Amino acid sequence: MSATADTHAHDDHDVHHHKETFVTKYIFSQDHKMIAKQYLITGTIMGVIGVLMSIMFRMQIAWPEQPNVLFEALLGKWAPEGVMDADIYLALVTIHGTIMVFFVLTAGLSGTFSNLLIPLQIGARDMASGFLNMISYWLFFVSSVVMIISLFVEAGPAAAGWTIYPPLSALPMAQGGSGMGMTLWLVSMAIFIASSLLGSLNYIVTVINLRTKGMSMTRLPLTIWAFFVTAVIGVISFPVLLSAALLLIMDRSFGTSFFLSDIFIQGEVLHYQGGSPVLFEHLFWFLGHPEVYIVLLPALGITSEIIATNSRKPIFGYRAMVASILAIAFLSTIVWGHHMFISGMNPFLGSVFTFTTLLIAIPSAVKAFNYITTLWKGNLQMNPAMLFSIGLVSTFITGGLTGIILGDSALDINVHDTYFVVAHFHLVMGISALYGMFAGIYHWFPRMFGRMLNKNLGYLHFWVTAICAYGVFFPMHFIGMAGLPRRYYTNSNFPLFDDTANANVVITMFAIVGGIFQLVFLYNFFVSIFYGKKAEQNPWKSNTLEWTAPVKHMHGNWPGEIPHVYRWSYDYSKPGHDEDFVPQNVPMKDGEEELHH
Amino acid sequence: MTTLLIFIIVLFVAVAMWQMVKIFDLAQVGASNNQVATDKDNTFNGYMMIGFLIFIYAITIASFVYLGDLPLMSNAASEHGPELDNLMIISMVIIFIVQTITQFLLHYFAYKYKGEKGRKALFYADNNTLEAIWTVIPVIVLAGLIIYGLFTWNDIMNIDESEDPMIVELYAQQFNWKARYGGDDNVLGKANVRLIDLDRANILGIDEDDPNAQDDVIVTELHLPVGRPVLFKMRSQDVLHSAYMPHFRAQMNCVPGMVTQFGFTPTITTAEMRQNPDIQDKVANINALRLERKAEIEEAGQDLNYQFDYLLLCNKICGKSHYNMQMKIVVETQEEFDAWIAEQKTFPNSLNK
Repeated sequence: MSATADTHAHDDHDVHHHKETFVTKYIFSQDHKMIAKQYLITGTIMGVIGVLMSIMFRMQIAWPEQPNVLFEALLGKWAPEGVMDADIYLALVTIHGTIMVFFVLTAGLSGTFSNLLIPLQIGARDMASGFLNMISYWLFFVSSVVMIISLFVEAGPAAAGWTIYPPLSALPMAQGGSGMGMTLWLVSMAIFIASSLLGSLNYIVTVINLRTKGMSMTRLPLTIWAFFVTAVIGVISFPVLLSAALLLIMDRSFGTSFFLSDIFIQGEVLHYQGGSPVLFEHLFWFLGHPEVYIVLLPALGITSEIIATNSRKPIFGYRAMVASILAIAFLSTIVWGHHMFISGMNPFLGSVFTFTTLLIAIPSAVKAFNYITTLWKGNLQMNPAMLFSIGLVSTFITGGLTGIILGDSALDINVHDTYFVVAHFHLVMGISALYGMFAGIYHWFPRMFGRMLNKNLGYLHFWVTAICAYGVFFPMHFIGMAGLPRRYYTNSNFPLFDDTANANVVITMFAIVGGIFQLVFLYNFFVSIFYGKKAEQNPWKSNTLEWTAPVKHMHGNWPGEIPHVYRWSYDYSKPGHDEDFVPQNVPMKDGEEELHH
Repeated sequence: MTTLLIFIIVLFVAVAMWQMVKIFDLAQVGASNNQVATDKDNTFNGYMMIGFLIFIYAITIASFVYLGDLPLMSNAASEHGPELDNLMIISMVIIFIVQTITQFLLHYFAYKYKGEKGRKALFYADNNTLEAIWTVIPVIVLAGLIIYGLFTWNDIMNIDESEDPMIVELYAQQFNWKARYGGDDNVLGKANVRLIDLDRANILGIDEDDPNAQDDVIVTELHLPVGRPVLFKMRSQDVLHSAYMPHFRAQMNCVPGMVTQFGFTPTITTAEMRQNPDIQDKVANINALRLERKAEIEEAGQDLNYQFDYLLLCNKICGKSHYNMQMKIVVETQEEFDAWIAEQKTFPNSLNK
């Protein structure tokens, strides 16, 4: 694993003397740092849309069928006299899920930080292929645009849930959103997958081939390990979703029967015969479950780095952390069936998937304990990035623990598709990954824009967000255990659930406050790009290579030779050094030894 | 107008924030203002961590107090229910113990080791013993849960045909449920959506020539005799639905093109359940809440007074009226059941001639 790339060929290039026009610098840029910013800004815009949608449908759940000015202003014909329509409710839920999972937490998170950090932290001039990288971003951009266009089609956007199970998603007569809206959804996702695959291939090749001298795999920061493994999972599983989407397109448009059989709808029998929706569920979740880790692992990688830096301590159990990333990646591809315990598949498969699913709790537990031990006897610098990282560990534990219940096929029978599930996955992957993204932004903002984010606004942002996130999702577990199904437009037809109505109002209040306070972040972000305090070279006194490169926009990252690496990235507070950090490019002193295993 | 109002509010919020930042910045004149945490920030956020830990515990306790009346963890109305509830409670207890301890350690350490200028952290990179311990402990706990879970799962899913379960078909369509009984022979007649004939009111697509279909009974309210095993055969005619019967701890998807199944034995009649003190409390509470929303409920044409009933809900997104796809379930004594089913039309009699 000690192979290091020969980067000298690169060094001779006079890469930073290219003339850059506005277009090549800001729009069709092939520079990984600029592409990272493009991903970040596009992802942020999609995030605003996704969060706004969630606030709207939360309002509908809390105050069902009440007129609302927000609906009237934003939903137009879908909210006659300000009352939300049931079809658009399902569409909002669907598009919220799609946008948050794919556009914000996959492209926004991986796209931003893999692009920014892989070349900078491994000591490379750029990605292996800057051109493919540019195409990857622009495909992502196009898919975002198509997804947004789909919101405006006559019969409504896709509304079959983000899992788009056929036949609901396959038959335009089953629901309005399964017409043009679903077609655009599928087209958008197909483009998105192409973008994601190009990105992932680039990340993998770059990490394997372009590491600087001395940067062995065992010296890689955990961020890079996480991005690398994430890319591998993506390359394995995204093509399966693509094939599912293509087969669904064929069923919809060309009369094939991959997923459909024996259907009678709106007074007529359809010709489909022999297909099975369960097949689609298998294909979907073969991506769908690894997707959880595609979202989560980069966040865990980012926080490993941030917690170590801000604790002024090495990350505890580096090898165990790498091993758990690998174990999680491997297991993540063989647990998809736990979404399908009651789908009608053979109960024996349920037993198998229960077994593999609960195994994944072991590497997850190791990670959580290692984070906590890293804090122990540290000298914690409570920067906003550190707060979000600690917040991630907290929600990762809370959300992860309930996975023990959902992963158990017997227990899943009764909480499947209730709010218990919603609470679980929002905490463990939604909020955790979002915290990872925020942590990354607060930490690497100086590297991206040469300026600092305002820390007091950061504190305000974190504490309100942290309280609201628990306020929204913690009580939701109990509503789920009371048996309330998710994706109900209103619960008023079930007096049985009347005693959860007040809790739903409280949850919505927390959601609204939490949503509004994201404006603090947006304000801080956009104002600081232009007016933030100028950043020092290495503001967090970090060991990794990105802090040795000049902030000024320049193609090729380092003006002279790429720095060589002499140690791992976690020599914080190492005995024998005066400073409490020793950057990776500082050679070992005479007689200095590596103190970790 | 509203858009303008929203715009103005957003503008005010932005201005307020800008002012706040100015104040923060002015308050820090003289101190090094490079937006990196100072000792003061570390102390403040350290205390906040403790505050947050208390908040997590508080919201846990509040959720238990206000929402902890969990009909899904007690009062199961099926034979396998208590077994499943037991497993749920064991898992929950383990979860809450781990949650309480780890959240304490995380936030307490964040408070205890908040940074101070000049202090140096302990260089502590790894410890194989420790890591082995917290790998092995989850392995043991999870192994226990897995084994317990698998036995429960097998118990529930392996249907013992020798017990002569009553066969009932649950038939799903956008957006309602039908149930079909096998009749005297307890065998369902063959059916396929291609045989649906709306003009003749053959809505389930039952084969009229199949001898087994002649005594089938189709109903819109599910009745079950207490103590008799039931084996449900699920069908759907259009999209995926899920037959969710929370009181019986039962759920299975209804998939177009295939027949899925789930079996259980109801153990408590509707009448008995209504006498259960826990359920009476719950119903009284719900009715008190409904009284507050009197006008709204009466406007919607619902009964103001809620009475407990078992329910079958659709729990897989199935289209516009997914939120109102339900069927009442009545569990009664065998005699009551026999009397009820005798009153129902058999399939041939339900057809339009």
